[in-house]
Amino acid sequence: MDSARSDFVALKILVAGGFGVGKTTLVGAVSEIRPLRTEEAMTTAGVGVDRTEGVEAKSTTTVAMDFGRISLREDLALYLFGTPGQDRFWFLWDELAQGALGAIVLADTRRLADCFPAVDYFERRGVPFLVALNQFEDSRRFEPGAVAAALDLDTGTPVVGCDARDRQSVKEVLIALVAHAGRRHAELARAGA
Amino acid sequence: MPTNDRASWYDEQAGPLVRLYALTRGRARPSPVLLDLLSLVTADNDPARDPMLSPEQAAVLTLCRIRPRSVADLAADLDLPLGVTRVILTDLLEYGHIRVTRPVRPTALPDERLLQEVIDGLRAL
Repeated sequence: MDSARSDFVALKILVAGGFGVGKTTLVGAVSEIRPLRTEEAMTTAGVGVDRTEGVEAKSTTTVAMDFGRISLREDLALYLFGTPGQDRFWFLWDELAQGALGAIVLADTRRLADCFPAVDYFERRGVPFLVALNQFEDSRRFEPGAVAAALDLDTGTPVVGCDARDRQSVKEVLIALVAHAGRRHAELARAGA
Repeated sequence: MPTNDRASWYDEQAGPLVRLYALTRGRARPSPVLLDLLSLVTADNDPARDPMLSPEQAAVLTLCRIRPRSVADLAADLDLPLGVTRVILTDLLEYGHIRVTRPVRPTALPDERLLQEVIDGLRAL
């Protein structure tokens, strides 16, 4: 027990990756998942994608994110946010990324390119992240080193395998991320000191 | 083009039965009080029976009296979009019914001991 620190600490972890890669499954494997809605003004990029026939007056669209909480202690919790997959919701990421402890980029080796935008985004924003390769039954096993090279990852960015359906496997991914984020934040603190 | 065959007199495309702007008295944006997704909302006393409060405002107070709740938790609990939830919270803050605590920033947190506690907590799940 630490009576000196009574503040509740909530840490935010983002789960990103291409459409259909298993983000919802991953969040659901370790936490009770709930949808979190935002009402957003529909951008022109959405026109022709969203069905707007018959609802011409509609100028906002509802974006649903996966949202899960893992309570570790009475005063310590991890919050997982599955980022919306479509590119036109990038603007939502800025709020999500602000103050995030780190991010999991979930990737499918059959469609590795789908996670490029997420990798690029977190590298530019300086959010510590790792790449988790979701092992689909018919996907070839890739060497993490080969994936790191294919994604042109910065040195030190971990690449791990996982099964997004499996609680234990997702826990291992989270542990790897927290350890990595701790190292990165410490490096940044030293660089800034 | 409702394709579902449920014979209801309104459907999902018609939107919610109570328009969201009705819950926020017409406002679309909260006043510029920073309400982070992980800001914690605490309600101290029990004004939940105040007849001036809307059902949504009363629901927030009831939820936050048990223990502090994050903005994201409240939006999910109330099944309301984040923007609407923020407007409701901004009003409650102005009325002095709730307190809001900003989340700890990880940048202020290269606290190795805390992260080790997180890792230990995850292992123990």
